[in-house]
Amino acid sequence: MNNLWGDSLSSFWSAWIIVITLGTIALSVWILFANRRTDKTPDADGNVETTGHAADGIEEYDNALPQWWFKLFVLTVIFALGYLVLYPGLGNYAGILGWSQEGQWEEEVADAEERFTPIFAQYQEIPIPELARDAEAMRVAERVYLNNCAVCHGSNAQGGYGFPDLTDDDWLYGGEPENIMMTLNNGRNGLMPAWQQLGESNIENLTQYVLSLSDLEHDAERAASGESTFLAACAACHTPSGTGNIALGAPNLTNDIWLYQAPGQSVADSVRQTLRNGRNGHMPAQAAYIGEERVHLVAAYVYSLRFND
Amino acid sequence: MEKIPSQDITPPPVGHHTPGESTTQSMYAKRRHIYVREIKGLFQKVRRSANWALMLGFFLLPWLNWGDRPAIWFDLPGREFHIFAATFYPQEFVLLSWLLIICAFGLFFITVFAGRVWCGYTCPQSVWTFLFIWLEHRIEGSRNHRIKLDKQPMNADKAWRKGAKHSAWLLISLATGITFVGYFTPIRTLVMELPTLEAHGWSYFWVGFFLVFTYLNAGWLREQVCIYMCPYARFQSVMFDRDTLIVSYDEARGEPRGRRKKSLSHTQAREAGFGDCVDCELCVQVCPTGIDIRDGLQYECITCAACIDACDSVMDKMGYPRGLIRYTTENALEGKKSHILRPRLLGYFAALIIMVVAFAWAVNDRIPLSFDAERERTQLYQMTREGQISNVYSLTVRNLDNEPHTYQISVSGLPSLTLDNTSISVPAGESRIQVVTVLANPQDLSQPSHPITFVLQAQQDEQIRQEREARFLGNARR
Repeated sequence: MNNLWGDSLSSFWSAWIIVITLGTIALSVWILFANRRTDKTPDADGNVETTGHAADGIEEYDNALPQWWFKLFVLTVIFALGYLVLYPGLGNYAGILGWSQEGQWEEEVADAEERFTPIFAQYQEIPIPELARDAEAMRVAERVYLNNCAVCHGSNAQGGYGFPDLTDDDWLYGGEPENIMMTLNNGRNGLMPAWQQLGESNIENLTQYVLSLSDLEHDAERAASGESTFLAACAACHTPSGTGNIALGAPNLTNDIWLYQAPGQSVADSVRQTLRNGRNGHMPAQAAYIGEERVHLVAAYVYSLRFND
Repeated sequence: MEKIPSQDITPPPVGHHTPGESTTQSMYAKRRHIYVREIKGLFQKVRRSANWALMLGFFLLPWLNWGDRPAIWFDLPGREFHIFAATFYPQEFVLLSWLLIICAFGLFFITVFAGRVWCGYTCPQSVWTFLFIWLEHRIEGSRNHRIKLDKQPMNADKAWRKGAKHSAWLLISLATGITFVGYFTPIRTLVMELPTLEAHGWSYFWVGFFLVFTYLNAGWLREQVCIYMCPYARFQSVMFDRDTLIVSYDEARGEPRGRRKKSLSHTQAREAGFGDCVDCELCVQVCPTGIDIRDGLQYECITCAACIDACDSVMDKMGYPRGLIRYTTENALEGKKSHILRPRLLGYFAALIIMVVAFAWAVNDRIPLSFDAERERTQLYQMTREGQISNVYSLTVRNLDNEPHTYQISVSGLPSLTLDNTSISVPAGESRIQVVTVLANPQDLSQPSHPITFVLQAQQDEQIRQEREARFLGNARR
């Protein structure tokens, strides 16, 4: 459906704009010619006509517009009409040059692609572990990372609440080049189901058991009773020992790294919240946004972060 | 010897409308062509030397090299402005404004002191006009020849001379255009690429632009620019006072003017009732703006002193003392005491000196390093597993020096602040982004937001040090 701010105007608004635009030009031309005076010879008494405006005895002459000025006005009108024929200015009329803002933007994007593609292409064939050691390539990669990834994973790649830290050795889906490429190209959906139905008591037992896996302070008794529930409900994804499974993206629960711990929140509270409500993590597939050449470079950048220590 | 009556030099009244007067008045004076007569003399020697020196500088400077780049190169696409050893960047544009303000004050000072001498001796419009007139004289002959030539119908000689003149003008305009563009793109490659159509489209545009306008301004418009277009002509008068040096005709000595036999000695002429002005009109014929200096001080006068040289040469011929037209002041002309050192002039001078010194100090002392510290926008703060508060900042570091530097990064403002990255290397003239994570102990945070200061210090050079304020956010302990 067309609306005022859509791709094109409805014929009423288009006509409205055309009438106003052409009407203004016509009005300007009429004012210009209707008020045109060429006669500036003094009358019989030698008086030059004045506008009647006087200040301190100084009167304002009613002289004709200088010729060059008048001609300049006419030229601007001709320019305006020429412009409206060539460029879009009259409602839906596109202009005979076919120019559009979108077309100009597309041209600029194409220009940029042409300039930058060779830069990314030269890195395409280099294996990721090798590319990650190339300081110049990593400088380019850092820019791509900061523009596309830093919004979630942070400028320092240390992640944040719900966004994995890319600088540690803990990988939900594996940290080898092929894992990283898979994540970037196709995205990830990390789903932790909600376990509300287990009941608050079981959730508390599970929580204490999960805390015990990382050797955190916990209630030993409740943890012990939580173990059986864990083996029944959680081990399928997190493995019986709780070390996680990169094939599923199930986090390792034994390393005291918590994806969903908000600043100031205790680990226990975070775990309880996870168990009650579940979690839903989404990493968008990047290949569609930035193209495979940039993905290759960013993968190498993420891989390179392990060398920083 | 009979006295020839002096003519009435009062200009006819303009813009006056009185009953009974039936002239059609026009706001637009029709231009009359000025045929400037060439004159020799002291001031013309000074003027010519200044002109040649300035033109030589203009045409040669772009050819000088500094290392492997032009010594003066305003690299607009690269956003780098090279002036000999120094390289300036867009952030330092304030220096350019300072330079322009200093130039303006220089102009005010010289105008208060000696009137419109800038125009006569150094203004590019005058310099190029004088050059074009000089060529005109060589090709079409002297003033009288030129007037005669213009009145002639077209013939082979006229066509040849006019063609040669305009060709010469256009050649100089072309050289001017190329040289001008040569300040913005290396001229050695430019002159190679221009003829082979390999240069950038904008280079052709600007060469063409300056070609056309040099040709029009110096060839056709000439004094019209000085009289009608130049804003300086309009406001220079407010800087004049009665002690400003001006080119002036000594009316008391010259009047009544009149032609006389050359055999008449100075005293005989005086006795016969003559003033010193022999009314030869030479001062009018040599004036590049076509005024008669004997009409008094006029805003059209560009103080080039051609009339002084012309009059002095006539005075010499007549055996009269020089200086009927001379550099003098209104006060001196009226026989009063003229004060060269007056508060106004000293004020401008003091302002000028202070600004030049401050500018020199600023340029000399400028620190070739700038950086921004930008706090991460997506997260307020994070907490590490050790319970520390972390904030992330992007430091954009620009090395404005001609050599690479490694900078030490430090931060202060709270006790126990720690950084994960403490140095960054930036090649000469480039910028790098360094992401730093700052950690603080939550016990030290008494408010939700604390000011902290980043310091960058070059490792090799103690002088290169910059600071930036930033905010550190964290949960306030209550």
